[in-house]
Amino acid sequence: MRTARALIVAVAIIGLGLLLAGLRVNPYIYFAGYVVLQYVVIATAWNVLGGYAGYVNFGTPAFFALGAYTSIALIEAFHAPLPVLILSGGLVTALLGLGIGYLTLRLKGVFFSIATFALSVVVQTLIINWDYVGGAKGYTLIRPPAPVFGNWGVLLFTLMVVLAVVTVLVARTIERSWIGRGLAALRDNEEAAECMGVPTLRLKLFATTLSGFFLGVAGAPFPYYVTYVEPASTFDLNYAVNALAMPMIGGTTTWLGPVIGAVLLGTAQQVATVTISSELNLLIVGVVLVLFVVLAPEGLLGLVRRLRSR
Amino acid sequence: MNRLRSFTRLGWALVAAVAGTLAVAGPGVFVARAADPIKIGLGMALTGGLSANGKPALMAIQIWKDDVNKKGGLLGRPVEVIAYDDQTNAATVPGIYTKLLEVDKVDFVVSGYGTNLIAPLMPIAIERKLTIMGILGLANNEKYKYSNYFQIQPAGPDPEANWATGFFELAAKQNPKPQTIALVGADAEYPRHAVAGARELVKKFGFKTVYDKSYPPSTVDYTPIARAIKAVNPDVVFVASYPPDSVGMVRAAAEIGLQPKIFGGGMVGLQYTSVMTSLGPMLNGIVNYDFWAPEQTMMFPGIKEFFAEYQKRAKEAGVDPLGYYLPPYAYAAIQILGQAIEATKSLDQQKVADHIRANEFSTIVGKVRFGANGEWAKSRVLQVQYQGIKGTDLEQFRGPGRKIVLYPEEFKSGNMIYPYSAAQK
Amino acid sequence: MLSWDLVANAVVAGILLGGFYAAVSLGVSLTFGLLDVVNIAHPAFVILGAYAAYVMNSSFGLDPILTGIVFTPLFYLIGAGVYRIYYGSFERRGEESLRGLVFFFGLLFIIEVGLSLKYGVDYRLVEAAYIGKSIDLGGVGIAFRLLVPCVVGLAMTLGLYLFLSRTFYGRAVMGVSQDQGALRLMGADPVRIKTIAFGLGIAAASLSGALLITISPVVPSTDRDYIGRVFAITVLGGLGSIGGTLVAAIILGVAESLMATLFGPSWSLAVSFGILLLALAVRPAGLFGR
Repeated sequence: MRTARALIVAVAIIGLGLLLAGLRVNPYIYFAGYVVLQYVVIATAWNVLGGYAGYVNFGTPAFFALGAYTSIALIEAFHAPLPVLILSGGLVTALLGLGIGYLTLRLKGVFFSIATFALSVVVQTLIINWDYVGGAKGYTLIRPPAPVFGNWGVLLFTLMVVLAVVTVLVARTIERSWIGRGLAALRDNEEAAECMGVPTLRLKLFATTLSGFFLGVAGAPFPYYVTYVEPASTFDLNYAVNALAMPMIGGTTTWLGPVIGAVLLGTAQQVATVTISSELNLLIVGVVLVLFVVLAPEGLLGLVRRLRSR
Repeated sequence: MNRLRSFTRLGWALVAAVAGTLAVAGPGVFVARAADPIKIGLGMALTGGLSANGKPALMAIQIWKDDVNKKGGLLGRPVEVIAYDDQTNAATVPGIYTKLLEVDKVDFVVSGYGTNLIAPLMPIAIERKLTIMGILGLANNEKYKYSNYFQIQPAGPDPEANWATGFFELAAKQNPKPQTIALVGADAEYPRHAVAGARELVKKFGFKTVYDKSYPPSTVDYTPIARAIKAVNPDVVFVASYPPDSVGMVRAAAEIGLQPKIFGGGMVGLQYTSVMTSLGPMLNGIVNYDFWAPEQTMMFPGIKEFFAEYQKRAKEAGVDPLGYYLPPYAYAAIQILGQAIEATKSLDQQKVADHIRANEFSTIVGKVRFGANGEWAKSRVLQVQYQGIKGTDLEQFRGPGRKIVLYPEEFKSGNMIYPYSAAQK
Repeated sequence: MLSWDLVANAVVAGILLGGFYAAVSLGVSLTFGLLDVVNIAHPAFVILGAYAAYVMNSSFGLDPILTGIVFTPLFYLIGAGVYRIYYGSFERRGEESLRGLVFFFGLLFIIEVGLSLKYGVDYRLVEAAYIGKSIDLGGVGIAFRLLVPCVVGLAMTLGLYLFLSRTFYGRAVMGVSQDQGALRLMGADPVRIKTIAFGLGIAAASLSGALLITISPVVPSTDRDYIGRVFAITVLGGLGSIGGTLVAAIILGVAESLMATLFGPSWSLAVSFGILLLALAVRPAGLFGR
């Protein structure tokens, strides 16, 4: 798909989203859809670092929550509007990504993952003890009337459509550029890449920063969706697991993989929440993860590829 | 290569299975249910941190549904309860309640259990002008002041402070009056509120704070904390904690010999049967908040039958076997809703809410009347003291005599043993 | 209020806690430190061990530590089985890192849910003669509830250290972590050796689970509190060093304890993980890493 075509498709999808918003279908779709689209952003953002560069980020909750809490801080201080919140949330987490990139310059593979996990704990403790954003007590957001569409459910859904499309476009652009090729070289063999003159350090920092940025962007509108934000559920382990599992299920080497994984696993989780709705939910997630990882380790796209090559 | 082929095939089979399940189950999300019954919907913590209380709460609500249906239902129609697991995660609440309201088309909603799960429900309720029965949340309506919200937790008009009012009153009544107090609580929503309320009361009753710290909930060993408290020698120790920390603090206090004149306050978990049977005699002398105790003064009409049914179901469900804490209140909450529907002969949200606001109800937890902000007009947070516990047998907790109600006066069932160390002998 | 009494007690409490942390981390030190397998499900196995101790304790009154020891062969077999699946699915194809992680996450959920389905979500505790008693050694009070797990933890560490350095299979495990090719040339099957090592790691979980439930109440989701701790301790101590794990565990325990006593516990976790981050930035090999 050429760039121009990609842009047209992107605009078309946003248009579809707006159409869906305008149709005012069953409101449940907007709420469930928001979560699935949120995961599209998270999975795609994670994959830039994890799939393209091969650095597994274990601290996704920290980035997501920091995006949400930056929003809260700005709402408290300036009553900032949504676009500002999204940009700022992304910038703060981008900085965090840059920071963790610097800190782990010399760390390979799994050490990096552990460092991100440690970071997650530290950030969570900081937030718990920061009373301005509610701390452990939690923060209640009283929503003003929705500025567009007159309905927060619809507004947030549409917003997420736009964010998802933008994130995927950016990921796709990176993947096809020299940056993407450099990251792939980095993933396959970091030493060899360095020997060939690939600026691995700079690419690593770029990947962590960009990945961090979009993870924060995913979290920034969250306070408006849930209206009550408290650390335990915002830093939930599920964000970390889903960020890993969705790209893995879809396929980590290209932008399409995380999208497929997020849509499949996200939808499955939403459906399960309102049908089976019990411990079995988590059991199913666990079983699906194990089965997929054993039987289809390159994800769906890997299966498709193998089918085609036969 | 053959193995790779078979793996690939299995992989496709798996994908097909998942996609197929989604295709079949997905639309199931949108199937409307039978039109005849009155439907009450809720999200409830069936998994996650609050599930130890959430599951019994749902069981209690289902017992009410069965009781009501046995007598012919509400307004002559059967009652159906639709519940989804909110996983103790606030993010699921908007989706769940939207589904309940827009797809399942429930007539009434009830909240989930816990402040964190009730909070995200409030804007939805306010937007659609719903009547909400709140199941044990602390001060959820403080910011909103929504008039159709009613909370079954007996905290009363000033929930944060009322939590511990009894504890402080009992302390202040002693002669000579204790002077110094230590406050300690977990870094989590409820304990933060409780300790904040306690700080107000410290000022009101003229105590001197000699220790005021909090700890992360995943702390393993409470000995250092107990020791730090012992080092400042407080007369009173007020703890606001969740079950694992409550157990940790009680054990640590016993092990290092922390013996203030009064010990306890806001510890969640001491009400659970599994904790009571485990700590056994270590509980003696602790003065703690509670909502119900199997004392003569608390035997309201219908409560004995409720516990008989609950305890029968609890055995198979793997939940608290006695249920002497939250379950009767969950039952009472929906009992009030049902009585209001019958009284107004309607399913209109506003009519039902107005009726609940204006009347006193007779429930299995006694007479309930709501006041400002939907909280109880008069606080009824009990302060109980554990006395005479021997060994770890469960049966001693079934009847009266081990959890003595000290406060409020109208439910008092015995005298306080003071100081704390006297009860430990 | 900096009395030496308080500080001494805090340090001792920290050491006791550290001994327990070491017990819980030993399994990860083996599977991750020596075999490079990111077994994130290890805490779930620890909880499984805790529940085994609970069931034996409540039904038959068995001492939890005894149960822990008795169940080690069973857990060893479980560990060996899990490793075989892991090896066949990932290691052989050379795609461990991400897939392995997701695999073990899935395993973690399955174990957690299995336990909550079978035993419910109520807090579980055990009873033993030594819970609740303490002794006083020159002004420093020591609770048996913490002393016994610490002693067992030290014994486990010593036992494992001796196994790895003195026995044939132990040295083979050390060998397999350093150079698989050379090991094969010497006639030992690396896969078999790694299976044994992994099985041992999970067997350690059985006993450390019993220790866990002795110290504090347990629910199926308690494992999540330990994921971070066990990996932090293993990494801080240095991959491949059992002694390093013990030292790191004690450092973490003492840090948590001192924070809690002197400054207020709110920041104890952050301090522990801050130490880890610092260590990773300054000396990624850890204290005693190879």
